[in-house]
Amino acid sequence: MLLEYFQMIDNIEQLDPDRGTILARADVPMESPVFEGHFPGSPLVPGVLLIETMAQASGFMLLSRLKFEKMPFLANVTGAKMRTFVEPGAVLMVNAELEHDGSGFAKTRAEISSDGKKICDSRIMFRIMPFPNETLKSNMLDRFSQISRLAAE
Amino acid sequence: MTTTFEAVAEIISETSDIPLEEITPEKNAFTDLGIDSLDFLDIAFAIDKHFGIKIPLEQWTEELNENNALVDEYFVLSKLCERIDEVIAAKDA
Repeated sequence: MLLEYFQMIDNIEQLDPDRGTILARADVPMESPVFEGHFPGSPLVPGVLLIETMAQASGFMLLSRLKFEKMPFLANVTGAKMRTFVEPGAVLMVNAELEHDGSGFAKTRAEISSDGKKICDSRIMFRIMPFPNETLKSNMLDRFSQISRLAAE
Repeated sequence: MTTTFEAVAEIISETSDIPLEEITPEKNAFTDLGIDSLDFLDIAFAIDKHFGIKIPLEQWTEELNENNALVDEYFVLSKLCERIDEVIAAKDA
């Protein structure tokens, strides 16, 4: 994870676009500028970044399902629960599954666990829209390729 | 048996926190009830789930972008329910 760059997912470990499921890994760094403010003397991963992590795992699953022809954008987060603190060095496993594949939108259920213990969970709604430009599409494809390749090694 | 309108009205009331008695068939979801496009995603999700369908929201949006005058044709609740019934009928055909 590079928290300050919102680069949350390190590896895609399992992905089934047809079933709409993904298991991804995110390694919390030991150091990050984020920890300087959250919190001084007691570094913790901010809950909003855990939500972002669940959204990104869901997003990669949806991108794969959409064959990168459209982009899912975060629209709504429902019932997000932060169950325990996440400290530097934690290894996070992010599970997401498609709850509903609508027309122009999708909804997922996602959760993060660490050492077999549930960290947080939420339901997440996305708007499915055309890519605003080719640069974003290209960057998303590159990032997906990078984290998928890492998983295969 | 609950009618399509009754089911849709309950969904709108629950998802958008609008009193049920204010939701009547001649109301436009956007201009009369103040629902915005984000709220409508929740409504579309609940309608899809309730009726076991996939309302063609993308197609409607494209058609509206081409001709904004159609907004009442899609989002006056009586018309919306007619369209939902069409989608249900097409699914069951």
